[in-house]
Parts: sequence; C-alpha cells; structure tokens
Amino acid sequence: MQLTVWTYEGPPHVGAMRIATALEDVHYVLHAPQGDTYADLLFTMIERRAKRPPVTYTTFQARDLGGDTADLFKAAAREAFARFKPKAMLVGASCTAELIQDDPGGLAKALALPIPVVALELPSYQKKENWGASETFYRLVRALAGPHAPAPGTKRAARAPGVRARCNLLGPTALGFRHRDDVAEIVKLLDSIGIDVDIVAPLGATAADIARLGDADICVPLYPEIAGQAAAWLAKTFDQTLVRTVPIGVGATREFVAEIAAAAGLDASAILADMPTRAPWYSKSVDSNYLTGKRVFVFGDATHAIAAARIAARELGFTVVGLGTYSREFAREVREAAKLYGIEALITDDYLEVEAKVAELQPELVLGTQMERHIAKRQGVPCAVISAPVHVQDFPARYSPQMGFEGANVLFDTWVHPLMMGLEEHLLTMFRGDFEFHDGAGSSHLGAGKSHAPANVSAEKPAAAHDTPIVVAAPAAAASAPTAPIVPVWAADAEKELKKIPFFVRGKARRNTERFSVERGVAVITVETLYDAKAHFGR
Amino acid sequence: MATLDIQKPDASCANPPEILRERGQREVFCGLTGIIWLHRKIQDAFFLVVGSRTCAHLIQSAAGVMIFAEPRFATAIIDERDLAGLADANAELDRVVNRLLERRPDIKLLFLVGSCPSEVIKLDLSRAAQRLSRSFEPRVRVLNYSGSGIETTFTQGEDACLAALVPSLPAAPAAAPRELLVVGALADVVEDQFKRIFERLGIGPVRFMPPRSALDLPQVGPGTHYLLAQPFLGDTARALDDRGAKWLPAAFPLGAEGTTAWLRAAADAWGIDPEHFGAVTAAHRARAETALARYRAKLEGKSVFFFPDSQLEVPLARFLAREMGMRAIEVGTPYLHRQHLAADLALLPADQAYSEGQHVDNQLDRCRAARPDITVCGLGLANPLEAEGLTTKWSIELLFTPIQGYEQAGDLAELFARPLERRARLAA
Repeated sequence: MQLTVWTYEGPPHVGAMRIATALEDVHYVLHAPQGDTYADLLFTMIERRAKRPPVTYTTFQARDLGGDTADLFKAAAREAFARFKPKAMLVGASCTAELIQDDPGGLAKALALPIPVVALELPSYQKKENWGASETFYRLVRALAGPHAPAPGTKRAARAPGVRARCNLLGPTALGFRHRDDVAEIVKLLDSIGIDVDIVAPLGATAADIARLGDADICVPLYPEIAGQAAAWLAKTFDQTLVRTVPIGVGATREFVAEIAAAAGLDASAILADMPTRAPWYSKSVDSNYLTGKRVFVFGDATHAIAAARIAARELGFTVVGLGTYSREFAREVREAAKLYGIEALITDDYLEVEAKVAELQPELVLGTQMERHIAKRQGVPCAVISAPVHVQDFPARYSPQMGFEGANVLFDTWVHPLMMGLEEHLLTMFRGDFEFHDGAGSSHLGAGKSHAPANVSAEKPAAAHDTPIVVAAPAAAASAPTAPIVPVWAADAEKELKKIPFFVRGKARRNTERFSVERGVAVITVETLYDAKAHFGR
Repeated sequence: MATLDIQKPDASCANPPEILRERGQREVFCGLTGIIWLHRKIQDAFFLVVGSRTCAHLIQSAAGVMIFAEPRFATAIIDERDLAGLADANAELDRVVNRLLERRPDIKLLFLVGSCPSEVIKLDLSRAAQRLSRSFEPRVRVLNYSGSGIETTFTQGEDACLAALVPSLPAAPAAAPRELLVVGALADVVEDQFKRIFERLGIGPVRFMPPRSALDLPQVGPGTHYLLAQPFLGDTARALDDRGAKWLPAAFPLGAEGTTAWLRAAADAWGIDPEHFGAVTAAHRARAETALARYRAKLEGKSVFFFPDSQLEVPLARFLAREMGMRAIEVGTPYLHRQHLAADLALLPADQAYSEGQHVDNQLDRCRAARPDITVCGLGLANPLEAEGLTTKWSIELLFTPIQGYEQAGDLAELFARPLERRARLAA
C-alpha cells in the first residue's frame, strides 16, 4: 500500500479513455462500478470538451456481484454498438472489474460484432495513466493497421520525383497538455519545409485513418510516453523513418527540422537560417541579464521535463538545480539528462517527496505540473506549468503551443513572467523597508493580493523571538536525509540581517550559510558568518 | 409574504407517486466524494480511503479540491503486492496509518473509508478500525465506513459516515432534558443562523451533527429529537432511532416554505405557541420573500429537468414548483426515500414524474425530447448539453453552496436564475 495525497497520473483506464476520446469513431466499453464515470468530467470540465467521452460504463453494483456481471457487460456492449455505431470498439475493465475477472475481451468476442474489437489488459494495480494510453494506442494500431502490413523486411518503394514526403504525427490525445496547439504548430512547420502531414493520431483520427498509418514515409512520436511503442512498431513494420527529436525549445526544434528534413531528403538550411522565433533574441537582450543563473527546479513527465531542463540551461541561462519525473517508464532517459547538469534525477510519483525536495533545494523558479504549482505556492516560489497533470487554466482559449518556434516564444513568456522583473529586483534589495514595496507585496506586475510571503514552510520560520538564537528549522527532507553532524544556530543579529535579503534569494542565502557553517563546524551563525558565506559562494 | 398555511403531509391519504425505475449506466459519483465537504466540516478528522489509484484520482478530480493546502484526506493505494498476498494488507494498513498519524498529530478522529476494490477483496475495515483504535486511543479514535460505488451513490457517503459515527455518540443520561439534534452537514453560517432562530423560539439545547470537532460529539438518547437537514440520511436516521432518538418529520429547509415547515416541526415538538413562532419567523420570512420575488419573475413558468445526483432533487423540485412557479418535467434521483421525503412529495403535483436509478442514455433522450428551460445535471453532462443548446445547472454546486434556511432562499433561487440570465446576456 502506498499513502497518497495527490496522484500525478490517473489509473490506466483513464489513459485508454484519453485515446478513445481523441478518436472520432471508436467507442470504449468499460466494465466498471458506479462512480467511475467521474472520469467523464476530466474531459467535459477540465478540457471543456463539448461532447461526452465515447465511453459506456457497465455500472455494476454490490448486488450484481453474486449474479451475472458478465451479462451486464454483454448487454452494455451490445447496446453501445447499436446506439453509437462505432467503427471500432475498445473493451476493458477498471480496477474493480479487474478483480472480478469477467474477461471483457472474451465476452465481447462472443457478441461477434461486425467491427474490430480490441481487448485491453490494463493492470490497474501496477500501471498508470500514460502507460494505459500507450498500451491502448499500440493495441489499437496493431489491430487496425496490422492487417495492412507488408511481408516482413519489405522495403518502402521510392517516392516518385516531385511528390512530397508524408509523415504521421503520433501521440496527441484528449486531455493532453497543449496537444491541440502543438499539432497545429508542427503541421505548419512541416508544411513550410515541404513535408505533408498524412495523419495525426489519435487526436482527430478515425478508425480508417489508424488502419492506413503505414502509408506515410515518416513517423513522428511527438509524445513518446504515449506513442513511443506504437511508433516503433509502425516504423519497423512499414519501413518508416522514425524521427525521435521532440521539438520543444529552439535548439530541439532546429534539430527536429534537420532530422525530419534529412528523412524526407530535403534541404532545411533556409528555414534554419531564418527561424521565425523571437525567443533567442529576447533571451539575449540586456533586459534578460537578471535571468542569469536563476536556480530552477524541473519536474513533469519525462519528455517535458527533459526539454524544460535543456531550455532552462541552454536557452535562458538558468541553473538547473533539480530535475525529476513521475514517468518511471522513462527514468533512464531522465537520469541521463540530469547528468548533463551535474545533478541526480528525482524519480518518484510521491508528491510529498517532490515537496521535500523543493523545500531542500530552495529554487528561485519551479517548472512543474499542477502539483508543483501548489508546492511552489506554499513555499512562496514562482512557478510555471510545463507538463500534465494540469488544471482547467492550462487549457487556454488562446493559441499556446509548447512545440516548434512559436512554442519557444510561449515558453519564454510563460517562464519569465512569474519572476521578479530585473530592476524591481534591485530596488527591492536596496529599499526593502519601504512600507508598500516589501517582501510581502510580491511582484508589481502580478497584481494585487499575490503575495510571495511563504506560508508555513519550514525553511522560512517567522522570526518570533529576535533576541534569542533561533534554532535552524530542519527542512522537511532532513528527516529522511542523513542527519548533519552539527546543527548550526542563528544568532539573533544574523537572523535579522538575513531578513534584509530579499525573499526570493533569502532561502538560498540561508541554505548556503548553513552549509558553509556545517562544513566549517561553525556552531553559531553570526552576521560575519553570513557575509563569509556570501563571499564564498558568490551571488 | 409567504403563507404559514403549509400543507401538512398526510401519509395515509397521499398516493405514493409513480416512479420510473431504470438500470443502466449511472452518471453519478460514488460515496467517496462526500469526503470533499466532510473533511472541511469536521476539522480534526481525517479520511483515509483504502482503495485504488482510481479512488485517489476521483477525489482530487471531482471538485478540483487541490486548492487546499494540506488536505485532511488521503488514499492508501492497494497494489499488486497486497493483492497477491505478498504483503499482509492489514500490516500494510497499520504501517500507513502510523505514518499518517505521525505526520498529523492534530488528528483526533480517523475514518478508514472502504472503496470498491477493498469491498471486493473483502478487506475487513471494521476489524482494522477496532485494532487501530486500541493502539491509538485515547489520542485518536478510528472508525470505518464504506464509500464504495458498488454500495453508495454520492451523498450516501455522508450518510454512511454519520451512521458510523452514531455508535460513538455518548449516551444521554436517563434524566437528561430533551434535546434537539440537527443531522446532516450544513455550512457553518447556516448552522449559526438556525442556532439563533431556535434560541429565540425557545427550543434547546440544540446540537449539530456532524460536529465541527470530533471532541464535540453530541449525546444521544430517548430525549433526543432530531431534524434531518439533508434528505439522504436513511442509515443515519435508523442508527439514531436504534439509540432511542425520535425523528421529527418535516419538509427539508430549502426555500422559505421548506424552512418554515422544518422549523415548525421542532416548534410543535417543543409545544411552542404558534403566535410566538409566527412572531419569531416573521422578519426572516419577509426577508426571504423579498429575496425570492426578484428571481420569481425570471423563473416563473419555466421548466426544469433533474438528472439524478444528490438526492436533494425532490425538495429542490418542491421549492422550484411551489415558490418559483416552475414546472418539473422529470425529477430524477438516485434513491427516493419515501418516508423522509413524504412531506416534500405531498407538496408536489400528484402527476409529477419521478425516476429512480438511471440509464443515462435513455434519460438524455427524454431530456432532449422535452427541451427543458433548465437541466440540473452532473459535471460530466453539463457542457455537452450546453453545447447542444440546453441551459444547465451543475448539481454539485447545490451541495457546495449554503442553500438552506431563510437567508439563503434567495441564493438558492439565484443559482437557477443565473444560467438563464447568462444565456440571455450572451445571446444579446
């Protein structure tokens, strides 16, 4: 058993729902008890979809368990087929139905429906949402495109001269973080370099589209968590070229363009020479000087976290102090990426562990999911959302891709906006006692009422007793970390001096000073220790 | 001015209504969802769901409750090791509870909440609760109830929770004076209003359940007379009856008429002079009437269709029909408790259509055919119906908003008027 306050991912059948809901004419019959229909609201409320997800729930009750829940399933599947007339059907079980072992696949087969029926085995007690989405998409692709596969080893016929290369964009789903806009951006980008997008799947695809996924020359798994497995199978089976670069950020988008242009036999030098993005210039402009070395903590799904760390370090000049993911399936990739920044990756789906890590690292900016937004809010750290899970405000009405050149612009704005503006930061340092321009007031451009004053965070204890030394509050992580030999104590005047440091660097100053003291065996931190540490570590 | 001449329910002559009973897909929450308001109401209680990732995902998704700093609920997620018998589920549960109570020393009452998977694998949470109580009492009392979807629908979770609490209520001494107990979670502000009115009527002592603190459990015994503040408390009522408490039948306190009837049931039991009752409630009734008049102009003559959700549907339909002049096309409810709803049912037209249970696709067909002016439905249906051109009211808001009592009567009407007004504004 795992004690969970919040969960990053839903159960795997929710992943299957994201695939079914993204498709146009595929229905999902889910063996599930009353209450599992809550998942509909993810799509209708959080994503504001105007249609119900194409999911029929059998809704068994306790009194059915002694009787025939299998009949209930068959009736539901039969009725769903008659009412919704889908072109393909997914069948499976939610966590409770998995326990009663009714075998939806076998039952559906017995109905002999005149459409392809794909049975899903999604082990709810081991796997999670993204795995469920990936498995569902893979099974569906194999079931529908498989019959059109050429003999193994068959080479793709050469394209006739003058015919544009075609590619498929795989992985965008319902409830995906900016999937809708990413697809639009990448379709536009590919068109500009002379490549046609044949099929986008599952988002907006039909069962017939899935069946002819083998037609295209190139296969692009935009979201490897969801489409990696299906794309690998398609590339192998239909001799398609797999383009692996995920175009998030200017650097990755350039690499993506180069990779896919090479796959299509095109020259992309013109577009690469004249990149339609403002992000690099914005980052170079002198106003961005204050971004230098800002300490960022990055957490999300593997693809977005790896991309965000790269952009943060190489395109914005931040320092990546933490990088992690809840996507255990991609732990290896994230560990590799973390090495680039000289840090160890945090691989966990335990929200409390992430919270403790943020408290320990005291970053100046958190790039994370909806969960990290809450963690950052509580710790008074600015935050931008870079990955699912997200809430309703991260399905914006405006065009707001993460991918491609416009995506790079969006990322620059979204990440820089929560930070203190450059000159404001200086003024705060100089005149921190101003009665309406102080720590608690927050950034002037973020509107009233948005205070950065941290609430109930161990790293920032209210200085209730100024005249007695204050014992350093152990960060939440200290309980699990090996205990330090000496716990230094802050002298009252040093604690007071610390308060004069603006809040957005105070946590770092406190941490650095304590580390400095521990390393040197200093038992009481004085004003002198504070400045010694400052000189030692630099800004 | 609302009349005081409310129709007395008369079970002997009221014809039981015709009810359409359906089976099929139910578009309703399970009882776990009640944790969303219960964990805010009882401020030193913690709700530990013993279930699957689906349960955890449901609670965090259902109401966007992630706004709360550190919630007083969590899920112990059963994993394959527990199922394969590699781990002793009870030992695992003890470990999780220990970790939890270490983290939260402020917790006085812990509910182990059963779920679909815990019920199906027959994890005995009542024995676990007894065992854990023995190790943590007196600091923490551990109780259990089931919020599973195979047994409970949405608000039934509160019923199961309160029913589990009843055996813990201290016994009133034999000679204890009679006491009024108001049962069912109400917003704090509504409780305070009722408290003041009861005081001025001369009814007391008055206690509320659930209490705001687990240390403040009301006593119960033959001198206890209880009013139900919510229509979904069948099991809790039965448990109270078993402790000798007496139910005061009444319409539910929605709208001015419902509130008057509800208060009057207590006043009658306490033998309060009708003139005094009239005097005490007059100003409240007048104020409610003023507030309601504004919305009646907008709602009068409009039709409403209820999808089943909270079991509040019957008293809501009564309020809309009687005080707002609306017509309920279909009153769908997960479960219709004929006895507790008798007073409300008696005030609705004899030919009112009701449905119990659900077959959501059939019900959507009926709703589309009827084209109601307002459709009351859950979050999974609201946007799709809006996109089809129907005006909807999210039913969950009726649980998360103070709607009971005189001072909230106008707010309740406004909840129904707002979607209509919004549609009119956007069309203009």
